[in-house]
Amino acid sequence: MASAEKNTNKKKTAKRETAESMAQKQREISVSEFFLKNRHLLGFDSPRKALLTAVKEAVDNALDACEEAGILPEISVDIAQTGASRFLINVTDNGPGIVKAQIPKIFGKLLYGSKFHRLRMSRGQQGIGISAAGMYGQLTTGNSTVVLSKTRSQKHAHRMEVQLDTASNKPTILKEEEVEWLPAFYPAPGEGKETAPVVSHHGTSVSIEMEAAYVRGRLSVDEYVKQCAIVNPHLEIHYRISLLKSADEQNGDSESPWTTFRRVVKTVPEPPQEIKPHPHGVELGMLMKMLKDSAARNVCSALAHDFSRISSSTAHEICERAQISPKARPSTIAHRESEALFKAIQETKLMRPPTDCLSPIGEEQLTAGLKKEVEADFYTAITRKPSVYRGNPFQVEVAMAYARPGASEYLGGDDPVRVLRFANRVPLLYMAGACAITRAVSGVNWRAYGLNQPKGGLPVGPLLVSVHIASVWVPFTSESKEAIAHYPEIVREITFGLQECGRQLSVFLSRKKRAAEAERKRNYMEQYIPHLALGLRNVLDLDDKQEKKVIASLHSMLEHTHLQI
Amino acid sequence: MTKKQAPEIVSRKAASKKISDTAQAIYNDIMKGTKKPSMQFPVRSLANVKYDVKQGYFKLLGKRVTRTLSYTTVKTFAQSMRLLATTKNDLLDRDDIAGKREVYYNSKSWGECRFDEQPESDALLDDMEAMLGINREQLGYIPEERGGDVTGALTVIDKDPATGDPIKINCAKLGTGAWSIPSRVEHLEFQTKAKFILVVETSSLFQRLVHHRYYENANCILISMSGVPTRACRRFIRRLSDDQKLPVLAFTDGDPYGYCNIYRTLKAGSGQAAHINEFFCVPNVRYLGVTPQDIIDYNLEDATHPLEEVDIKRAKDALKNDPFIRHHREWQQALEQMLKMGVRIEQQAFAKHGLNFVLDTYLPQKIKKGKFLP
Repeated sequence: MASAEKNTNKKKTAKRETAESMAQKQREISVSEFFLKNRHLLGFDSPRKALLTAVKEAVDNALDACEEAGILPEISVDIAQTGASRFLINVTDNGPGIVKAQIPKIFGKLLYGSKFHRLRMSRGQQGIGISAAGMYGQLTTGNSTVVLSKTRSQKHAHRMEVQLDTASNKPTILKEEEVEWLPAFYPAPGEGKETAPVVSHHGTSVSIEMEAAYVRGRLSVDEYVKQCAIVNPHLEIHYRISLLKSADEQNGDSESPWTTFRRVVKTVPEPPQEIKPHPHGVELGMLMKMLKDSAARNVCSALAHDFSRISSSTAHEICERAQISPKARPSTIAHRESEALFKAIQETKLMRPPTDCLSPIGEEQLTAGLKKEVEADFYTAITRKPSVYRGNPFQVEVAMAYARPGASEYLGGDDPVRVLRFANRVPLLYMAGACAITRAVSGVNWRAYGLNQPKGGLPVGPLLVSVHIASVWVPFTSESKEAIAHYPEIVREITFGLQECGRQLSVFLSRKKRAAEAERKRNYMEQYIPHLALGLRNVLDLDDKQEKKVIASLHSMLEHTHLQI
Repeated sequence: MTKKQAPEIVSRKAASKKISDTAQAIYNDIMKGTKKPSMQFPVRSLANVKYDVKQGYFKLLGKRVTRTLSYTTVKTFAQSMRLLATTKNDLLDRDDIAGKREVYYNSKSWGECRFDEQPESDALLDDMEAMLGINREQLGYIPEERGGDVTGALTVIDKDPATGDPIKINCAKLGTGAWSIPSRVEHLEFQTKAKFILVVETSSLFQRLVHHRYYENANCILISMSGVPTRACRRFIRRLSDDQKLPVLAFTDGDPYGYCNIYRTLKAGSGQAAHINEFFCVPNVRYLGVTPQDIIDYNLEDATHPLEEVDIKRAKDALKNDPFIRHHREWQQALEQMLKMGVRIEQQAFAKHGLNFVLDTYLPQKIKKGKFLP
């Protein structure tokens, strides 16, 4: 008892914090520090995933830059193992290049970018990706991100070694110089003959060394690059990964040969249009911020200018409903009034947001991309009409490739179908189970289209299902952009797309089945027709000519009634 | 002595012509191309026979099946045609014979068209004889099963296969053995002074009767069937009985198989081969035993076996579907009595009262009594 009492006494004497002492410990958390501690949010939670994420961010940026500049993208991804668990990643593009002053900020500062503030369909969204990759490399190896870039007008290229100051989220330039621009692409030799390297006069090349791991398979960089080529048929991408060889196989060249995924479409996708936010997709906080930042003189014109689908008469109607003077200055709208305004907006019937801002891949190009990378017997694709979730326009595209069972190694007949998920032309590899696309695929009744399907699961068969969602703002479940959130509108659109393709597939499958059945019957009958003729010949003493006539007649007689497809 | 040959015995030449005609019709259909060729046969089952009381055998009703050439029948069609060709060219035209198993092996040279199992070729042989209306013995096919054994006061006059000279066989002078009925019996002639023919089911009982020279005391001809009588056996008994005006008595195990399969087939023919029953039946045969009543009369209740599932089914099926049983009230009563008693009895069961009780007591008593089942 006594000792217990002592213990409680001791606890009582433990030092209590005061408001002052606590204040000493309270300080600002930099965004960089936050993400450093929560690296999984950005896709760097495992060495294997880190490698993929870094490549993915660099390629996304390269593609976005090329397309914005109207350049047919040519990209090389060169990965070399530099240590047991270290890799040097280099991604080079033939894009427009980056102005010298912007390089440090783009690669050495989190949340810096051109895409966050615009409602426009693009691969990158937040401006975190590539700088986070650099930060991760810096953290795990101490090495800087090395950027080489040349614009069309520059004579030489800039070379910069950039680091990120995690405390202040500011870039530090370690080294800066002007160098000769050398990058060239080395296409894999096609049809036995060497292909000359392709030289571009502008572009950007990023090198990051980081702790990572490489494992082959469905979650690998290999798969990512392949899927990139599928969904971007206008992209020519060169890829190689060189692994360190073990001691006993040290001799010889340690560099692997390049693999080239060819371009089959020679036009750059139409650049998507930027749109203003649709009022129904804006939350109260955002509304207040927009009113505060508005350049308009009164509420009415602020509504009409800063949002899509609000005319000045609709703006008046909203103000009237919210009982706010249309003449009020937007920045003076108080909290209470903005709530009323928000409610009024929600109650007002508005046109759906414009959907011409989306740039879908298109049925033809979807099929072209699949055809060049996936060998199959049947392809189909469908681009759905644009739709809207929470005020954001989006568009679903579905493509399918079906191989004869046993004909393809990539599409196994006894495995669940391969589901390729794309958001704004970016392949999503991880977290398939949490994704709206996977849910939609599992939710469709595939038996109706001639496939096996375990209850509530993915169908089974040598089938590839590719689903692309294009949107000005793709709702991911996390910042690492791996899975699409389950908005009912989105799941429904995907389901419709899948069903539409499924019907095409079932037509193909049943036709195939009938053809196979007819073929089997024909072979069966052809085995016996000559015997029937021979029997007749032997009984009736027919000659060769008569026997041949009997066979021909039997063929047409039986095929006519039994082999109609 | 009136020599009565089976009617419609066809010559090899006529059989050969019938095959050619069948093939010609099929050939014509094929060449015209307007109608698919087909083969027609009578339905071979009990459902397609009626019991002709006056003639005493199962007669075919008119039901026929048509096998039209199609995807599903093309194999059978081809096999039938090759079988017809073999029958005509190799057997009829060359005056040769073949066993059922030889037909099966012969088909092994037909490639894809070959028979995989003997039952397939057996079935097609049955189809062919039904289609042509000529029994297979006349087409040159010999059965493989033994025709049955004969002993007793009978002299059979056969022919030497090579010279055609008559050969006399005295069935009373065969010692401990017996004479085997050949597969073809049409040419046989008979001489006998016996008073009746006793046909028994099992060869072990036959052995006992031979051993003790039962046929001498009873002055009869003994024939062993070893189960359901073969066509040759049936035809032999029929010819012998017709020729010598002898009554025939049957002695089988007392069970539904003995009644409905062995005896019924002997007397009225089978549903399977209804197209030839006319010749292969013995309408004047009468059933001696073992009847269910015998079990009681001879105090054999403790020498019986309970009826098995298959026996009960067979009996009930016969009561319902067998035109012969359905015609004879006595047989229905016998089967019903058996079902009620729930037991069956074997011929050997009389050994309960002594090994020779059957020939010393049972057979003489039954024959003297003269009360037989129809």
